[in-house]
Amino acid sequence: MATTQFTGSEGYVAAPELLASVNIAAALEKPLLVKGEPGTGKTMLAQAVADALGLELLIWSIKSTTKAQDGLYVYDTVQRLYDSQFGADVSDIGKYIKLGKLGEAFRRTERCVLLIDEIDKADIEFPNDLLWELDRMEFYIPETKETVKAAVRPLVIITSNAEKELPDAFLRRCVFHYIDFPDAEMMERIVRAHFERLDDRLLKQALESFYAIRALRGLQKKPSTSELIDWVQALQIGGIPAGRIEKEMPFAGVLLKKNEDLDTLQKSRAQGGNPRRW
Amino acid sequence: MFTDFFYLLRLRGLKVSLKEWQTLLEGLQMGLHGSSLTGFYRLARAVLVHSEADFDRFDQVFLEYFRGIRSYDELPKELEDWLNTPIDPVEYDPALLQNQGLDIDTIRAMLEQRLKEQTERHDGGTHWVGTGGASPFGNSGYYPGGIRVGGEGRSRSALQVAGERHFRDFREDSVLDVRQFQMAFRRLRQFSALEDGPKDELQLEDTIRETGDNAGRLKLVFGRPRRNTVKLLMLFDSGGSMWEFTRLCASLFQAVSRESKFKDLKTYYFHNCFYDDLYNSPGCHHADSVSTEWVFSQLGQDYKVIVVGDASMAPYELLRPGGCSDYYRYNEEPGIAWIEKLLRRYDRVIWLNPLPERNWESGYGSETIRVIRARVPMYRLTLEGLQEGLKALVAAR
Repeated sequence: MATTQFTGSEGYVAAPELLASVNIAAALEKPLLVKGEPGTGKTMLAQAVADALGLELLIWSIKSTTKAQDGLYVYDTVQRLYDSQFGADVSDIGKYIKLGKLGEAFRRTERCVLLIDEIDKADIEFPNDLLWELDRMEFYIPETKETVKAAVRPLVIITSNAEKELPDAFLRRCVFHYIDFPDAEMMERIVRAHFERLDDRLLKQALESFYAIRALRGLQKKPSTSELIDWVQALQIGGIPAGRIEKEMPFAGVLLKKNEDLDTLQKSRAQGGNPRRW
Repeated sequence: MFTDFFYLLRLRGLKVSLKEWQTLLEGLQMGLHGSSLTGFYRLARAVLVHSEADFDRFDQVFLEYFRGIRSYDELPKELEDWLNTPIDPVEYDPALLQNQGLDIDTIRAMLEQRLKEQTERHDGGTHWVGTGGASPFGNSGYYPGGIRVGGEGRSRSALQVAGERHFRDFREDSVLDVRQFQMAFRRLRQFSALEDGPKDELQLEDTIRETGDNAGRLKLVFGRPRRNTVKLLMLFDSGGSMWEFTRLCASLFQAVSRESKFKDLKTYYFHNCFYDDLYNSPGCHHADSVSTEWVFSQLGQDYKVIVVGDASMAPYELLRPGGCSDYYRYNEEPGIAWIEKLLRRYDRVIWLNPLPERNWESGYGSETIRVIRARVPMYRLTLEGLQEGLKALVAAR
């Protein structure tokens, strides 16, 4: 059972649904699978959970070349061979077994948060290879005839950008949460959580323009929360008065990263003048 | 007792298995729903649903099931009672469903009726929550008249959240899922270590040999990992009679493009049959076209070709010069000549046809299908067809 409930943190504003999902996953001791548009704070969530519950955070970032085995342990045969060349005692294989992030998390005597970031980056078989390990929270190392078993089951948070479909058997073992794009009210709280001082009018104008841009048709990549935060910061540092935001759209490149999208914005402003009409 | 919610979810096409259901029961026993319907909604959704695409469906089932309840701040007594009873495997016996008079056909009929009503009310506004207390829907046995506990109008209760149908856009009723296609494409792999790339894989055999030659002093030998060398050219028929298969083709396309293991993947589009030009996007706009000759010259013979199309067209489109359905694109050579050019250039070509096999022999399009089939091996665009086709693509000749 979770000792404490996750209620969000100072720097991280979470919707009640998300809080519920985190606490459900913690209580059921099942991995929490988080999906959502890029930039909705999937990765940040793990940090916030760890901070709020006072737990250590381990991050396993998945790349296209990552194999399931890497998360468990790696047997460094090359090092052992080299050592044997110089007469070192290599009879203890255990010295050459290096635990991966998953293995490390299992070894912890206190509960920790394990973030498996962007699981969909890996090979399509990857999640299947971790089924047993995530279910039982243990694995066996044949080289040392040793079983690594979690004394305390870590709170596992898995993020996915939906680049690849995940297998059913894997999904069945997870608690699923989809982070919806925040509405204006929620967004205001999120932005405020990132700034100590913020001019109300600036924020209001920025949010209005932001949602107007998101509503533009034909954008290849809609700006997300993280881009909005960067933009507000740019506006603040640049000392742009609130009144000029809508008229000039300064630093639009912070929000829109693609040339085509900037053109779309230009065009809509040229036609309608005011993007809010869209 | 709650099992009919489980069956209702399954009836409505949500892939809920016993595993998740047991997890839900576990969660309920731990009190994770916090004795509120909203809490129950969140718990059930987190545990039972695995994709935002299914949220909408879940919301609808939830609405139907809990429709009769007027107050949302407390769970009905029946639910609480049930929570205190231990999990009994007999609960899952389908026979139980029958005993309670929940005939599947009746449920389905009622569901359809309910679905109609709901759309109307939804379109009409958000006012419908809390109206129509008498739910004709099979759970009267569990929810006798007096469940009403308090006032209405709690903000954002579970039923309201579900009623907003916030996740409608994510819904996808795909028949074949992308993953299945993706798994099929695994067949299309030919490994070779002769490609470029860093030598970062320890070659054990060679290391032992070299070390032996080196009088026992260790000498490590590294090699290149084996990589897939398959290059793929895909040609999609787009628009017209292919319209009804858009979703199927989209899943196929996604599966192919997500399979990052191909050495190269090129995709072009055509309308009905391809002639002098191929198009870069499904819209088949002139501005966005490339010459077929150019494609053939750019992509070497080692490409494998998959054509996706129904191969159904008016015979002149395939057999006569100027048959191109686009009036302004007069083709000197008939479509069939272009297909033969393709076959001369590439020796591994298959055609995937979404039409059922019975349409291949008779009916509209069967004539052109026959002509094309005589030249290009044709497979049905299903999982089985794709598997067979891919096998043929890599098979040794």
